[in-house]
Amino acid sequence: MNVAFILIAGLTLGSAIAAMSLRNLVHCALCTVITFAGLAAMYLQLNAQFVGFAQILVYVGAVAILILFAVLLTRNSENQPNTLLASPSWIIGILVAISVSGTIIYAVVKSTRLAQTLPPAPEATVQKIGEQLMTNYVLPLEIVALLLTAAMIGAVIIAMRDKNEKEDSGSKMITGNARERVSQPSTIHHPSSSQKTTR
Amino acid sequence: MQSLDQIFVTGKQWLLAFLPEALQPVGSILLVIAAIFGVFATLFAVTTILERKILGRIQNRFGPNRVGPFGFFQPAADGIKMLTKEDIVPRDADKIIHFLAPLALIIPVALALSVLPYGRNMVPVEFDAGLLFFFAVGASTELSVFMAGWSSRNKYSLVGAMRGIAQMISYEVPLVLSTVTVIMIVGSLSLVKIVEAQSGFLFGFLPSWHVFTPWGFAGFFLFMIAATAESNRSPFDLPEAESEIIAGYLTEYSGFKYALFFMGEYWGMFAISGLSVTLFLGGWNAPFPFLQFIPSYIWFFTKLVLIIFTFIWLRGTVPRLRLDQLMSFAWKFLLPLALTNIVVAAIWFFSRALQFPGALGLRWIFCAAILAVSYVWLGRGVAQAQRAKRVYQYAE
Repeated sequence: MNVAFILIAGLTLGSAIAAMSLRNLVHCALCTVITFAGLAAMYLQLNAQFVGFAQILVYVGAVAILILFAVLLTRNSENQPNTLLASPSWIIGILVAISVSGTIIYAVVKSTRLAQTLPPAPEATVQKIGEQLMTNYVLPLEIVALLLTAAMIGAVIIAMRDKNEKEDSGSKMITGNARERVSQPSTIHHPSSSQKTTR
Repeated sequence: MQSLDQIFVTGKQWLLAFLPEALQPVGSILLVIAAIFGVFATLFAVTTILERKILGRIQNRFGPNRVGPFGFFQPAADGIKMLTKEDIVPRDADKIIHFLAPLALIIPVALALSVLPYGRNMVPVEFDAGLLFFFAVGASTELSVFMAGWSSRNKYSLVGAMRGIAQMISYEVPLVLSTVTVIMIVGSLSLVKIVEAQSGFLFGFLPSWHVFTPWGFAGFFLFMIAATAESNRSPFDLPEAESEIIAGYLTEYSGFKYALFFMGEYWGMFAISGLSVTLFLGGWNAPFPFLQFIPSYIWFFTKLVLIIFTFIWLRGTVPRLRLDQLMSFAWKFLLPLALTNIVVAAIWFFSRALQFPGALGLRWIFCAAILAVSYVWLGRGVAQAQRAKRVYQYAE
């Protein structure tokens, strides 16, 4: 338990508590980013370089921006004063939290695995992680890649609402709801676009 | 000559010897931080005056010429002005985030500068995965743009921030993919090893830098284009487009906070130029064998300044892109070309086994042909798409 660990842990926990209790959603999101960065520092402190860098790259770089965009695009995200959330359900919440964490701590302390001596920490270099990903875990990696690609294409199709009719007729491959959603607004846009061509 | 090459390394050890044993690690860290800040703050000052002078030359005017000989003390005057200027914060602004935004830019950029190898044995922090670290901290600068734009409570600021984030996210993809080729060939994420892999000379006089291979040539240009966009410089300066949105996310900044933002952007440019020097232009290696007596750090900074000059030249020459051109260029041209380049790098890597005479020339021609064909083909596609009539979604 050194000074660096205490500082990082304090920062991570403090920002996590702030992210839960602040009322301005953008402030909450920014506090979550500090929590992500604190976790990355924790990984680096445990000599897990790759996991730490990946945490910064993915969470601080990309997921944080995603959260912020989501907050900005939803309504009522701004102009709320930072007051602590206080309601009668607090007491129940605290009781549930204490009982759950108490059970987990009891189970961990009582478990026999804790008594075993730890094996020496393996040397997990970036190269070794890469080799494992390309040999032993190539199928999970490919499945994750496929899933993310499918999600991205889905997001693009949902976002492709404002298209003019000419391109719409070409998109008959899209089935069901998605096509209706794509074609509906274009009929609204149609008069204005014809107006422009006559002008 | 060896002593002149290592003068900063030995100088640091000489200085550290004055400290007691226990304080030496801390002293070493502080010395390195001081060196990075000193060198790059000076380079920032020199670059601002050079940029204004060169832009003036390009636009057929004098540029600053009042302070000191030929106006070369202009940065000092600018600095004093920025320090003494009133710091105005809008009444409705989010004061804390408005204050933190410049810091959120300076800190990641300074961290990125700390992993570059500036000379032989001269790398401030040596990581096993230095390249990954560079991109990890580089990606977090987008947050500062958002913080500045959102906290100002100004529509122009928010529009600028949104443009900036969209642009930085889009161009980060070709930026990272163009460096993947280097990692594939060298087989390491360590920037020191990447520089070492480019030492030595082909036929005794040609430097074996990555830029002199087909994949490296394409990768270098892809990287530089994406780097221009990442550092928000013209022709990709839409986030700060003065003629459209005042100064983008910098609109509500004044005084020293503005100066910090300005310095952060220039430091970002230095960092990404330094990375391109490291990855493609041989890092601190000399271009010819008979020039190896010149110290390694001088070569690094010469190449860095040349790249910065190219950035300034581009700024004075090329007009600003439109937003739709910007996006289609990134996703329809740079991204497919970067992916093609990865395939070409793989071909180059595995055809190393060919050992008959003339194999190198054959590999060269084959790889370059693939890249040239895809360049022409993709370029035509983008040009045809640009010729189609533009439809405005909200302005009609």
